[in-house]
Amino acid sequence: MTETLHKTPLHALHVELGGKMVPFADYDMPVQYPLGIMGEHRHCRDKVGLFDVSHMGQARYVGDEAALEALLTCDLTEISAGEQKYTLLPNERGGIRDDLMVSRPDGNGIYLVVNAATKDADFAHIEAATAGKGTLTRIPERALLALQGPAAKDVMARLCPEACKMVFMQCGVFTLDGVEVMMSRSGYTGEDGFEISIPAAEADRIARLLLAQDEVEAIGLGARDSLRLEAGLCLYGHDMDENRTAVEASLIWALAKTRRERGDFPGADVIAKQIEEKTCQKRVGLTLSGAPAREGAEIADKSGNIIGVVTSGGFGPTVNGPVAMGYVDRDFMQPGTEVDILVRGKARAATITKLPFVPANFYRG
Amino acid sequence: MTTRYTEDHEWITVDGDIATVGITAYAAGQLGDVVFVELPEVGKSLSKGDEFAVVESVKAASEVYAPVDGEITAINDALEGEPAKVNEDATGEGWFVKIKLADASQLDGLMDEAAYTAHTA
Repeated sequence: MTETLHKTPLHALHVELGGKMVPFADYDMPVQYPLGIMGEHRHCRDKVGLFDVSHMGQARYVGDEAALEALLTCDLTEISAGEQKYTLLPNERGGIRDDLMVSRPDGNGIYLVVNAATKDADFAHIEAATAGKGTLTRIPERALLALQGPAAKDVMARLCPEACKMVFMQCGVFTLDGVEVMMSRSGYTGEDGFEISIPAAEADRIARLLLAQDEVEAIGLGARDSLRLEAGLCLYGHDMDENRTAVEASLIWALAKTRRERGDFPGADVIAKQIEEKTCQKRVGLTLSGAPAREGAEIADKSGNIIGVVTSGGFGPTVNGPVAMGYVDRDFMQPGTEVDILVRGKARAATITKLPFVPANFYRG
Repeated sequence: MTTRYTEDHEWITVDGDIATVGITAYAAGQLGDVVFVELPEVGKSLSKGDEFAVVESVKAASEVYAPVDGEITAINDALEGEPAKVNEDATGEGWFVKIKLADASQLDGLMDEAAYTAHTA
């Protein structure tokens, strides 16, 4: 079965490190290493973890930027050289085709990073919509590493001190142990850290160099999921999808003010109506005690009426208890509201909780 | 006392007509850190193969199946506060339930330690 799965340039290293390999978005990826999900999660919050995220889609867009911007919810003119933004790729119904990062690490157009499971569809969509106006070039020959945690800056100070001048959501081109890399100060854990785009041929060597640093441990997809959940960050295909809008997903902040005023992104009319009417469901955080509530668990009010559904949930090692995200009817969205989550048919008391569950630890200068 | 194992990685140790049941250290290791164990009510009747407990790790929920027919006579309440006992001492303090055996001959269909070791090799 693994023959049909893609491998990242670090596959052999994962196996060598004792990674438990599982299929994820058509890639054979490490869900955990011998340290285990709990240990890896805590290590990342305490020190620093290295993640292989080479399965994600990297691409470069050069050409008429208005044509690309029309597909997104950001204002590309607001992104200066050396800056990165989180944005959405909406459909005509206001649903979300994908969430992605766009940035200008150098003078060469826009660099995009999209989700692994959606990358082929995203790139095909962008290519079709910008045909004749711009050129999208996929970058499959680059690996992507994420170095995340409070000590990431200490590691980077030794290996690439220039990169430490970046603050959260800045990016640039740097030399890391003799290799030219694109790097941004960002991640998917709620911690300070760096995402490093690197030629595939150099990935194994650089990953080993990073892992050789005292503070660094390899972290698998299991802890990546619990870290991002505690950070209140959406997992595409679970907490957001083609049938949920940015308003429902509580991602209005990812819609540039100028774009909302102009109403010129796909589904802008649906979005404007939802913002005006204030009746749609909203994505919220939930905490409970005892059993973790998993994706698909129904959320009920205290009278037993179903008012929503959990879209991702599990145990939060830093919170030291079960945490979840889900969609609830608007009357129940306020933090502190008491609800029930039905776990295997049993109602378990839960509380709507402000996101993130763990305070963000970004470096803002 | 005799200990037997199922293909689904439960262990069962019998003392008289009372069996103690849990999941094996191998299973606990595969699941990773156990964060919650949902146990049945005392008095519940089980048939062999019934799902009677759920083990939650950080990542996923896994069902635990009854290795024999019988009635639950005790549950390990200590797991409520310390689910990690399942990882630390799977065949000792990490036990799940005690079952009054309905048919002791069912044990003969389960694996002994050598067979289970071969099963997980």
